[in-house]
Order: sequence, then structure tokens, then C-alpha cells
Amino acid sequence: MAQAGVTRREVLGGCFAFAAGQACGQSRDFVSQTSAGTAPAGPSRVVIARDAALRSGGSVDSARLAALLDRAMQAFFEVDKPVEAWRRVVKPGEVVGLKVNCLAGKGASTHPALAEIICERLQQAGIRARDILIWDRLSDDLESAGFRIQTGRDRVRVMGNELLGYEDELSTWGSAGSLLAKALTRVCDAVINLPVLKDHGIVGVTLALKNLFGAVHNPNKYHPNAGDPYVADVYMLPPIRQKVRLAICDAVNGQYEGGPSYMPQWSWPFNGLLVARDPVALDRTGWEIIEEERARRGMKPLREAGREPRWIARAARYGIGTDDPRRIRRIEV
Amino acid sequence: MTDATLRRTILKGVLALPCLPAPAADDSRFIVEARYWEKLPHRKIKCTLCPRECVIDDRERGYCGVRENRGGVYYTLVHSRVCAANIDPIEKKPFFHVLPGTLSFSIATAGCNVNCKMCQNWDISQVRPEQVRSLYMPPREVAALARQNRCATVSYTYTEPVIFYEYMVDTAEAARAAGVRNVVVTGGYISTDPLKELAKRVDAIKVDLKAFSEKFYREVVNGELKPVLQTLVTLRKLGTWSEIVYLVIPTLNDSDREFRDLARWVKAELGPDVPLHFTRFHPQYLLKNLPATPLKTLERAKAIADAEGLQYVYLGNVPGHAAENTYCPKCRRVLIEREGFFIRGLHLSQGRCPGCRQPIPGIWGKS
Ligand code: SF4
Repeated sequence: MAQAGVTRREVLGGCFAFAAGQACGQSRDFVSQTSAGTAPAGPSRVVIARDAALRSGGSVDSARLAALLDRAMQAFFEVDKPVEAWRRVVKPGEVVGLKVNCLAGKGASTHPALAEIICERLQQAGIRARDILIWDRLSDDLESAGFRIQTGRDRVRVMGNELLGYEDELSTWGSAGSLLAKALTRVCDAVINLPVLKDHGIVGVTLALKNLFGAVHNPNKYHPNAGDPYVADVYMLPPIRQKVRLAICDAVNGQYEGGPSYMPQWSWPFNGLLVARDPVALDRTGWEIIEEERARRGMKPLREAGREPRWIARAARYGIGTDDPRRIRRIEV
Repeated sequence: MTDATLRRTILKGVLALPCLPAPAADDSRFIVEARYWEKLPHRKIKCTLCPRECVIDDRERGYCGVRENRGGVYYTLVHSRVCAANIDPIEKKPFFHVLPGTLSFSIATAGCNVNCKMCQNWDISQVRPEQVRSLYMPPREVAALARQNRCATVSYTYTEPVIFYEYMVDTAEAARAAGVRNVVVTGGYISTDPLKELAKRVDAIKVDLKAFSEKFYREVVNGELKPVLQTLVTLRKLGTWSEIVYLVIPTLNDSDREFRDLARWVKAELGPDVPLHFTRFHPQYLLKNLPATPLKTLERAKAIADAEGLQYVYLGNVPGHAAENTYCPKCRRVLIEREGFFIRGLHLSQGRCPGCRQPIPGIWGKS
């Protein structure tokens, strides 16, 4: 669904010069939630938006996906128009990164259609196409998920970390010691985190917190002990805490077993999106959804499978967010 | 930079060129099927090369970052992919009982199967192969370069050679065929079967024993002590020449008790004649908050190991110290005088003390 006469192709092609959004300036209640050192005081809100008719003929209906995203964003920010919601996340002049998750190729990666709609909404909120970067660990991963690599500076860029490189100096926090991707440190002012709803054979689940493994040069070092404390420690690296503004989990498909690779036999159509500022609350909620599906299918809970994602509780202890179900408000739309 | 320029630069002694994108065009040259892995259901595999035994999904890599599952088949990504190459004195490894005064053609690829907080080469050991500049150096070329540069040995070193096992084994065979010997510098975190195969092809193995406690291995190394001790025992049984290096880190592995336990274990399980090098730590990588090891601590370690009956206890990273020399364990005559990596005097006579004729274990001359 295109607004203000913009087609999606134009948005990704970078042909669209958006003027109205820039005139609006910065929203008054603009917040960079995760830059704070502690979790927000009130309950964390997690919007779960679903549309049973999201697919038509086996593929995702992008117009319905756009409507679903708009509904989720409006519900999360309690505003009447999608553009108002996006203005609470970004402001004109910023460079915005979309951290997608493409390791598993088509089937269990962030849908390009979702990224495309977000690019469109960002431009409507005043971000120039050239100031949007869709990025992940490797260009190969992006391509295998259906993205096309674009490096030209006149349009939305789509690039793997290997093209932009890593910092030379280590960033450290707790057990984490990594070179950070320049996509995060040098290119982007703000990051929208776009994980998928997925089981992970070693660390339990892979959702918002773990998606930032794609911002470090050495994710292979962070899987022992079911990812605890590594997932939380990596997220504590200051540029990650400071720049990630919002998580939108692509839950069009969920996968309750066999991840992170795509295993169609263990995937199910969740037909939804999860939106949160608090990545811990989002991960806790996503984990519960995966456990519910496992239970429905007669599978053991992750704890019994030896891969309970204990790093979610640790991230809460660090103050990244809350994992306490009593302090998480699920908003279903 | 062309391959030729890069080769010259590397050989001049620039250890690594981190964080520059490697030429990607012909990465396929470096990719060969790995050894020591098992197929699991759903295109997963289990790597059995080292005790970590990573279970790896399709399109994922193991902990070492240099071995990848592609469609249910496991590959090494670093065969012939050299990110560091130097001509070093063999004393730098350090080997003190292997061909003293000779040069060693020393190579590494990216990657490591542990993550020591004190790693001095983390910029090549803790990165993926595509994150450092590398050049293509197939086994026969390594052997030829070693000969051309009058190196008595090829050393597999700097990072962790276990993770470039296939390349190391193939190169060792090529070097041996060219009349060049092979030495390995390793953390010893390797499974027994591949270790036995490796031992058939190499002449000496130096094991970095990073501490004598599981706690240290868990918290500082991200590994385990027990398999490393098993490696040392296996090498002794196989008769492969081994030396041990113990990096002494203030407050973390420098207690009298740990030194004593270590010395007693070495004497009981390996014998009193295994060289043990206590070396000085300098703040690095993730352990920048600790001071360099005081000389007194090193001397205390040596005194304890000497008192327990070990015959060849050395100190390292303290150039000019008398404990760099080799002494006859029987008559205390100086047999090899060293200063840093250099030999000041070599007084062995056919592997024996020239005074009392005591045989000194090691690899001293032509095989
Ligand atoms: S060699 Fe690498 S992949 Fe294999 S078990 Fe060891 S760390 Fe894992």
C-alpha cells in the first residue's frame, strides 16, 4: 500500500523526493527509549498484530502486510496515522538502518516486503531514501532472503557488513569483546531491529536481542552455554544500546523447532508482527509464543530441551528491559 | 594490493592485516571438505576435530569461525589461506630443545577454537577468514619457500593450527617430502584421533598450557583443561617431542599451589625431562587491567618446578635472564646460552653434555 502517491518501487529505487515529512520537523515526544541505562519505569508494551488473511495463494499479500504494520505501529504509539508513529521513532536528517535477519534464506528470514514497507513509511516521515540502509551480516545472506544488494548512494542501500567493514578497535562489555560493524557505528544514527520469530537449536530462540549478533564480527564466539550471558552482553555494547530504537519482529511465519535454519516441517503461519521498544519484553513474548506452539505440537519446553534462553532474564537484570510477564502489556490488534 | 605485494609485505614481518576485506573473487580456492565430522539429521553436522564438538546448522559455522556447514557437508574455509607468514628463530616459538639457532617458516590462518582473554594475536585468531587479508599459499609453495629461505622447519603457529588442520597436515607432508621438518604451536585443545594422525606427520609440538585449573580455562580461555592434559599424555605416549609453555598471569594463575600441582603432574605423567617454559604476561586484548608479570613471580615459579624435580625449567620474555639457558641436569654445565631469541653459545656434543656425557633430550641435528 503506497501513500502520498508513492509506489514501493519508487521508494526502493530512490526516485522519490519526500518533502512534506521534512516540513513537519521532529515530533515533540520523540524518544530514544533504549539509550537509557535502565528499563522504562512503566510496563513494557508489546503489540501483537495478526491478520489471518495475510497470504494469498501461498505468498504474502504486501498490501495486507502494509496495513498490518500500520495497525501495529498506530496501536503501539497510540496515534491515528502511521506517519505519526514513525515520527516518534526517527527524525528527518537521520540515517536509519534496518537490521534484518537473513541467515536462513527465504522462509525464515525477514521478508523483503516488510523492509520495503518500512522504507516507504520512513520516507513519509521525512527520511531520505539515501539515508536508509538495510543491512545484515553478509550480502550473500541478504540475497538468499530475496534482497538485492544496492550500494549506490542515491537510493536505499542494501549491504552486508563485509562491504562496509568493522571497526579496528574492540568494544567490550562483560564477556563480550567484538569489533562492531561500521553499518552500526558509522553509518546509522538509528536502527530498527527486524528479527524473525524463530527457535534456535543452541540458544533457544532468536528474536530481537540475538539479532544484534549481526552487528559484531565474531558471533560464533557467543553460542556456548546456550548463549548466556553472551546475547545480553553483546546487546549491552554502547552503540547497540544507544542506536536501536524499535523492534518489529517479522512473525509472518513462526518456527518452533530446528532453527535457525529454515525447516518448513516445523514452521507455522503466525501471520503477524510484534512491535516493541523493549527488546527484552519482545523476546519474552516471542519465546512464550514459541513455547505455546511447541506445547500444542506435543514438544518439550525449551528448558527440558536444554536450551532455555536464560539470557533473556539476564538482559532484564542488566536493565535493558523487562522479562516479567506482569510488567509486559500485550496489546493484540 | 596485488598478491605478490601482499606476499612481500607479509614476509617482511607484518603479522596481520586485520579488518580489510579480503579479495572475495576466488575464495573457492580455500574451501575444501573438512575432516573429522559427522552428519546429523536435518542437514546439521557435528564437528569432532576438537573437544568442543560443535553441532552446526546448515549455513552456520563452528565456534572457531573457519569451518562451515554447506548443505549438510562440512568445509574448512582456510586451506592455503595464509593471513600471517614470517621467518622466525625457532626460539621464538619457543622451542628450546629443537634445532637451536635455526629458522622456522611460520604460518597461520585466521581463527581459533578458544578465546583467551590475554591473546596477543586476537586480531587474526578471533576473526573470520574473510575479515583479514590473506593470500593463497598452497602446501608445496610453503615447503618451497621454507627451503628457499633456509628454514629447517615449518611452524604452524600464531593462531590455533588445530582449526586449520587439513592445511597443516597437507603442508606437513609436502614439507617433509622437501626435507623440511614440521613443528606445531598449539593450545592442545584437539580430539585424540586427529591428534594421533597429526603426530605422525610432525616432529615437535609445543603446547600452551594456560593454567592448571578448570576455573581458569572456563573463565579466561573459554575452554577446558582436561582435554589439554590428555593431549600432552597422548604425545608423550606417541613419543612426539613436546615442550610446555605456561604464561604466568598475575593473580589468575600464579599461586605457589598451582605451580606445584603443575610441576608434580608434569613429572608424574610426562616425566622430569619435558621442558617447561614460564613466560611473562603483558596486558593485551581483554586483560588490559592486569600488570605485566613481575620477574620475581617467574623466578618463584621456576624455583618451585625445580624443587619438584623438573630438569628443564625456563623463563621466557625476560631477555638476558640466566634461566633462558639450558643447563646439564647432572653437572650443571651451561649447554646452550641464549639471549632472547638468539643463541650465544651452543656447547652440546651430539645431543650430550660435553662434560659428563649426560644425554639431553630433544631434536638436535639431522634426523
Ligand atoms: S574445530 Fe571448530 S567447529 Fe570443530 S569442534 Fe572445534 S571449534 Fe567447533
